[in-house]
Amino acid sequence: MMRWLLWLVAGVLLGGIVHLAGVLYLPRVAAQDAYLRLSPISAVNAVVPVGPPTPAAASMPFMDPAFATAVCRYDLARGPLKLAAPVSQAYTSVSFYSRYGAAYYALTDRAAGRRVIELDLMTERQRSQMPEEEDVTAADRLIVTSPTETGLIVIRALAAEPSQMAMAERALAAARCQTH
Amino acid sequence: MRLLLGAFLCFSVAATIGLGSTWVAVSRGVAFGALTIGAWTARPKAGTADIDPYARAEIERNGILPIGAGDGIAFVARTDDHGRPLDGRCEVMVSGTTPQARFFTVTLYDGSGRLIANALNRHGFTSQELIRRSDGSFALAVAPRARPGNWLPTGGVERYLLVLRLYDTPVGISTRAGRETPMPAITTGRCA
Repeated sequence: MMRWLLWLVAGVLLGGIVHLAGVLYLPRVAAQDAYLRLSPISAVNAVVPVGPPTPAAASMPFMDPAFATAVCRYDLARGPLKLAAPVSQAYTSVSFYSRYGAAYYALTDRAAGRRVIELDLMTERQRSQMPEEEDVTAADRLIVTSPTETGLIVIRALAAEPSQMAMAERALAAARCQTH
Repeated sequence: MRLLLGAFLCFSVAATIGLGSTWVAVSRGVAFGALTIGAWTARPKAGTADIDPYARAEIERNGILPIGAGDGIAFVARTDDHGRPLDGRCEVMVSGTTPQARFFTVTLYDGSGRLIANALNRHGFTSQELIRRSDGSFALAVAPRARPGNWLPTGGVERYLLVLRLYDTPVGISTRAGRETPMPAITTGRCA
């Protein structure tokens, strides 16, 4: 009897380990994560518009239909990336997602404080290789470091009323992301 | 023989508990560090690099991109203030005011995050579209049939959820439920 109980306790403990390993490992193997969902409709290091969500089809679940969306799927293997996104009339935001879904940085048009949101995206290694002087001369240059070599930049512009959607989409169409 | 049977018991218990609890955690969601105000729940850390492993596994499995913390925050309501699940055949009133934010949107989704078809093609309201009372508060009717004023059609579905997104807002990780965070009340009225 005691022996069976021991096997049972061992099973429960092992189950706990399986649970933790499963939760931690799942992001690496998820076949339907946002990055893979957006891969067929996006391009590497280029801004591509994402269609608005409709009841019949949406690129991702829980998209906000009040926003025009564009995505840049980046790959920093060949060097840092430059992003320029003109702000729309109502509200524009730029969010950065690592390959495995963490939203590691986001900023809004107000935080950028200009008519165009401009920044440089690079990996930790590329940043440390940047010449010192350049860092000083470009003190007002906004540099974002990406935790992974690939990931997503999502640019979103609010259409506060449906009639503003075309304008929001036009603002996003002028956004650029490219390697130097 | 006994050893074999014991090991078999051990592994089957481990597999059932381990995989079962992982599946439950990822599909139902485990809310660590959740901010709950009335019927509304947000996960402020989901939009940061320190997202907890459970939230990360859930968003990765479902293919969601959470709102970045510098962009805004999303509150989800699945029930009314009394804990009754939101029913698309009933008249549900969402009324009151929201915390400070430059813009907000209220959107209706089904349980898996899809928009629900309706003749009006209206799936949500932005803060600018809502008609307000003179004191700045609003009342939004979420109902299967047309209502005067702010009407969000449910399409008559059985279950839905509401997402209130605040954009460019001070509400975040350090926010507590209280006077600075007034969330709209949700009450269920007559059912069809």
